[in-house]
Amino acid sequence: MSVHAGVMVIPARTGEGPGSGLGCDRAHIRSRRPGLIPALVLALGAMAAASPAAAQQADHAGKPVYDRWCAGCHGVDGQGQGEAAAYMLPRPRNFVQALYQIRSTRSGSLPTDADILRVIDIGMPGTAMPGWRESLSQTERNNLVAYLKTFSRFFASDQPQVLEMPRAPRGGPEVVEQGRQAYQQLECFKCHGQAGRGDGASAPTQEDDNKFPIRPADLSQPWMFNGGGTVEDIYHRLRTGLDGTPMPSLTDALEGGIVTDEQLWAIAHYVRSLTPQDPALREVIEAGRIEGELPASPDDSAWDGVDRFWVPLAGQIIVKPRWFSPAVTGVWVQALHNGTDLSLRVSWNDRSNSPDPTWAEWRARVTEVMEPKEMGPSDAAPADAQVAPESPDAIALWFPRRIPAGMERPYFFMGNTRDPVYAWHWQSRGEAAELRARGPGLLEALAGAANGLTAQSTFDNGQWRVVFRRPIVAADSASAITFTGGQPIPVAFFAWDGDNGEHGTRGALSTWYFVQLTEPAPASTYTTPLIATLLTAGLGVLVVGRAQRRERGRKTG
Amino acid sequence: MFDNRASKLFALSLVAAVAACGGGGDAGGAGGGEPAGGGAPVAVANAGTINGTVDFTGTAPANERIDMSAEPTCEAKHPGGPMKETVVASNGKLKNVFVYIKEGLTGTYPAPSETVTVDQVGCHYTPHVIGAVVGQPVAYKNSDGLAHNVKAQPTNNRPFNISQPNNMTSAPQRFASAEIMIPVQCDVHGWMEMYVGVVAHPYFAVSGDDGSFTIGNVPPGTYTLEAWHEKYGLKTGQVTVEPNGTATVTFAYDAAMANAYVPLGKLFDPHRHAEPAPRVVADASATH
Repeated sequence: MSVHAGVMVIPARTGEGPGSGLGCDRAHIRSRRPGLIPALVLALGAMAAASPAAAQQADHAGKPVYDRWCAGCHGVDGQGQGEAAAYMLPRPRNFVQALYQIRSTRSGSLPTDADILRVIDIGMPGTAMPGWRESLSQTERNNLVAYLKTFSRFFASDQPQVLEMPRAPRGGPEVVEQGRQAYQQLECFKCHGQAGRGDGASAPTQEDDNKFPIRPADLSQPWMFNGGGTVEDIYHRLRTGLDGTPMPSLTDALEGGIVTDEQLWAIAHYVRSLTPQDPALREVIEAGRIEGELPASPDDSAWDGVDRFWVPLAGQIIVKPRWFSPAVTGVWVQALHNGTDLSLRVSWNDRSNSPDPTWAEWRARVTEVMEPKEMGPSDAAPADAQVAPESPDAIALWFPRRIPAGMERPYFFMGNTRDPVYAWHWQSRGEAAELRARGPGLLEALAGAANGLTAQSTFDNGQWRVVFRRPIVAADSASAITFTGGQPIPVAFFAWDGDNGEHGTRGALSTWYFVQLTEPAPASTYTTPLIATLLTAGLGVLVVGRAQRRERGRKTG
Repeated sequence: MFDNRASKLFALSLVAAVAACGGGGDAGGAGGGEPAGGGAPVAVANAGTINGTVDFTGTAPANERIDMSAEPTCEAKHPGGPMKETVVASNGKLKNVFVYIKEGLTGTYPAPSETVTVDQVGCHYTPHVIGAVVGQPVAYKNSDGLAHNVKAQPTNNRPFNISQPNNMTSAPQRFASAEIMIPVQCDVHGWMEMYVGVVAHPYFAVSGDDGSFTIGNVPPGTYTLEAWHEKYGLKTGQVTVEPNGTATVTFAYDAAMANAYVPLGKLFDPHRHAEPAPRVVADASATH
């Protein structure tokens, strides 16, 4: 008779331990009516099940798993303040508060068991919450669901109010256009921006329900959506809202006739269409060859047909001060060369052109919240440096000083003193520069002369686009790389979003990728095999023909 | 030995025991279940009235200017320039103080069926502070013709966050438990905020421009009143209501109370010892 909805309480044993109810030892019950004993046993079993202690035992079956795998972030007390929590944004869920973000229920309503299980199984992309389907058994995960519910008294008194959600209708260009119009009409751009990159006017002042800084999602990166990036997922989020965040639910407006279901599905299709392409992981960025002048402007139409390569970036957590919540999650790279010069076009989403005064308060808050906790008193910033310093947006690309013969490459994070790297550095306030890096965050002037690097940049609607160009052959080959064609050349990236408090070693880092200057395939690629085929075939015919003639000769002779 | 009557008695007692054990899962006494709901307030014999004033001594700090440039339509509705309403004090009186009977009432009170409405005009909530009975419907109206969202963040109640893309009135929301006070805000317009006080009875009021408030239809008795202000916190006062009489009470707030503790969420009940854990509020220094 447990009141914990949806969880069947089946005691492990009957009549033993603290849950045995009346404490009657059934061996003492004697009866001349054999039929009564099974009935008594059943009744005692039911009492054991009904006793609060046994029910609690069943609900706490997930506790050992929770304490081992979950408490590190979510805390033993479930309040989201485990040891690791201070290093995350967003913070781990507070199960006592019971504000569940990803649900199938009304805003403010509790999640269903299936909702909780879904997040345990597949995690929440874009956050530190991993999926546990491969690591924990079904029973363990079910037990966790029951255990999580014990943290909040609301699960005992409230029922989840599940929303009826229809199936997704077809998409298509007209639906996407309808969605774009609905996006404008419902003023989604106020927070998410005109191009959906999370740079709306209301974005800088937002915080979650626990007063931590939070940003509206960059809708052009569906792989980072907390609840998944399919059209259906997006529609579900519009209906349920994301509890604990500023994202509201549109169900009330739907039921009030202010918006139609058709519009909501159209918005879901529109949002899904905002990503330029799904990022496939490819390690070698190909720089194709064109003839003539390379496009200098990032918005030159010559870049439209050039293959895009996605380089994901992760927070720099190797060298102190570390940064666990970077703003830039990846860069799109395109490359072209014309035999003389090499051009790299790098674009990434950034909610502001830093430093932007409307983001000053955000910058202070996020720095305060995310300032690494491992820094001792001696590393603490002086008291008058309370407010995070203004800093620009910036990006750095670095290469080894010469193309490595084998797989041995410099240290991927800006090299080291033994093997410095050659870097290109661009920032939103100032010129692009060629630099040398002697180690993490140690960018300094190039040892030799510059090699003619130029850069042109554009910022609009939450996106930077920068074109770097440099002659292929380095003027000073001692300190700078020459981009010899036909071989993979290691390249790594580092991005800073100044208004997110990123400067120095606080930023987002990639590992080594490669850029390769390709030449168009020479004619011999096609002619040589053909000639070889013909020659081989011809030789074959000759040899076989001769053997056959000899054979015929022998027979007749 | 088990003869017919004894076994019947035994079976009966077994059933009773099972029924008693199965009753568990007490919700913790939070505010009682769904109140009966009803129409007119229950008439009280020899009801009295509490008239009160909230005084304010000292110089009220200037309220913050709101930068509404992001929403020109709303900015235009504030000719003098929009200001926050943190401290609204004039002529030694304090406005927007929520006063309610904290102790001394017995009995349960049904939730009124009248809806309390909060309006959003000029990107601003009207009224700034309201009270509601547990279970009473509260609706939020958008009169601005542009997108707002209404986000309530209680701790003793379930929160909600609903989008209002255009002129509309929300479905009525009911708070199931008492709570002093529930902040409500808009995320599109971060300066918008208001507070809801939820109590399990209808004896509450909000002080007006002249600092005055009236609580009517009060059963005779001696009560402890509590006053809440969003910056200056809590004040308590005792009052005795005679049958058919009028009792007067004054709360004296002071500009020097600037660093007062202002509780948000959960009705403080000194007699409740098993309380749910409080909401965690971000404090970078406290986490390690």
